[in-house]
Amino acid sequence: MNAVNSHITPDGRTIGAPIMEMKNITLRFGGVVAIKDISFDIKEGEIRAIIGPNGAGKSSMLNVINGFYHPQEGEVHFRGKKRKSLKPHQIAKQGIARTFQNIALFKGMSTLDNIMTGRLTHMKAGLLSQTLWWGNAQREEVENREVVEKVIDFLEIQTIRKTPVGRLPYGLQKRVELGRALAAEPKLLLLDEPMAGMNVEEKEDMSRFILDVNDEFGTTIALIEHDMGVVMDIADRVVVMDYGKKIGDGTPQEVRSNQNVIDAYLGVAHD
Amino acid sequence: MSANFYYGVEVFLNGLMTGVMYSLVALGFVLIFKASGIFNYAQGVMALFAALTLVGFQNGQIPFAHLINAIFGTDLHHFGWQMPTFLAIFFTLLVMILFAYIVEKYVLQHLVNQEPIILFMATIGLAYFMEGFGDLMWGSDVKKMDVGIPQGGNLWLEESTAFLGGEDFFGFYVDNLDIWAAIFAAILVTSLVMFSQYTKTGRALRAVADDHQAALSVGISLRTIWVIVWSISGFVALVAGIMWGSKSGVQFSLSLIALKALPVLMLGGFTSIPGAIIGGLIVGVGEKMFEFLIGAPFLGGATENWFAYMLALLFLVFRPQGLFGEKIIERV
Repeated sequence: MNAVNSHITPDGRTIGAPIMEMKNITLRFGGVVAIKDISFDIKEGEIRAIIGPNGAGKSSMLNVINGFYHPQEGEVHFRGKKRKSLKPHQIAKQGIARTFQNIALFKGMSTLDNIMTGRLTHMKAGLLSQTLWWGNAQREEVENREVVEKVIDFLEIQTIRKTPVGRLPYGLQKRVELGRALAAEPKLLLLDEPMAGMNVEEKEDMSRFILDVNDEFGTTIALIEHDMGVVMDIADRVVVMDYGKKIGDGTPQEVRSNQNVIDAYLGVAHD
Repeated sequence: MSANFYYGVEVFLNGLMTGVMYSLVALGFVLIFKASGIFNYAQGVMALFAALTLVGFQNGQIPFAHLINAIFGTDLHHFGWQMPTFLAIFFTLLVMILFAYIVEKYVLQHLVNQEPIILFMATIGLAYFMEGFGDLMWGSDVKKMDVGIPQGGNLWLEESTAFLGGEDFFGFYVDNLDIWAAIFAAILVTSLVMFSQYTKTGRALRAVADDHQAALSVGISLRTIWVIVWSISGFVALVAGIMWGSKSGVQFSLSLIALKALPVLMLGGFTSIPGAIIGGLIVGVGEKMFEFLIGAPFLGGATENWFAYMLALLFLVFRPQGLFGEKIIERV
């Protein structure tokens, strides 16, 4: 890591050079402009928050990063290289994992199987080997199962290992979804409102997991969150969006005192 | 016990065997429906096509012979060799995989995110295309299929049960072919379930069935999965084609067995593999027992033609999700 580009935070984490750079991104749906000329970067090892009122284009931004949407204008640079227009599953293979605002788990499958799907990008066994359950396939299953068990221990969900996730309460489903993303050992982890609809206790748990993931594995995290208190507590830097435009970018303190941000959040009288 | 009772048992056994044959077809439907939400109307024709191709390879038939003869005025029919059965099965399997790839590339890929009814209509088109294509490729005459599965009544079973019913009873008659079909079906289902439970591709198949977006986000390519699913149901169609073809000859009415699979699916639920099996058995046993107990003595017979559909109708009224299907709950 380049010494010039990296620095150490007060709590001892290393933040490096930008791993993801969005350059002048514009995204339109027909005549509607969802994102308008936005640039920002995400540095290696940091927790980057994207905040803004409803309909500001935050989720669209996340969808651009993981390839569900393709912007009409602008460039996406990932790990120093300009990214071509890729399909979401190809982007997942490059090391970007995500969770969804409205939990998108495989509801009929157990917690264990759900998290195992997160390991798919690390598994290489061919169809024949799998069909015969011999050689590569068998070894891989065992190795990846070990990684998944670590994730399960980390998230403290051992007791629901075999439960179909459709039967779990909301808060636990959110945690399993985080587990699935973590199992991929992503270089960049995207969290779309990881604390939406949670009570205070669940929010505290989730905040702790996010901080621990970042701290212990050094995972770079970009997250969207509505709860300002949470964002101020855990984020290193914050991008503020409103009506598809970027209206603020900086540390939580800087953003909090930014007049544009205050106006967007509290409303302002237009004469 | 009267001989009549033992005849009843025999009818029951044969009903189970018929049921296995229905299950084999229904299984192909369930696989595709689970993974892609498409009701594949072409499943029956796929079984027909697989059977035609297998017999064609075995007998060394020249594909498109009629067409070539018509255009060039030649008189071609056969290459003049016989292909060993296992080789013919292997090549037929390759053809079914190629077919799966073509369907994905030229049909499904262009219909991503369309309504289920549109995909359903596409499979109807596919069914008629394949039927015509099969005709063009291998000819429309009825063919005899022989892949070496023993046929005719199982003598051992007959002899060892003959003592049960006294003078008029000669033991249970069960066709060897049916017994083999049951064994193959059991192996097929077990291996399919194992594959989907314990391999990464199986897990990916189930994931795609549950949620497309989430599947993409963990790095699953939908296209690859669809080719695999259609290949697997092509394989199931091949097994069903072999069994039905050996039983009643390879003829174009074979594609109509798909219609018998419909009531099976309504009983078992469209999304359940065990449901397809048990639904098939219930329909098989149900129609044979109904014919034996009520149809033949009281209604003048031939109830087998409609019994399954009546049963399906009752299920639609009282339990629309089937025995094992996922319950349809709308949150308001």
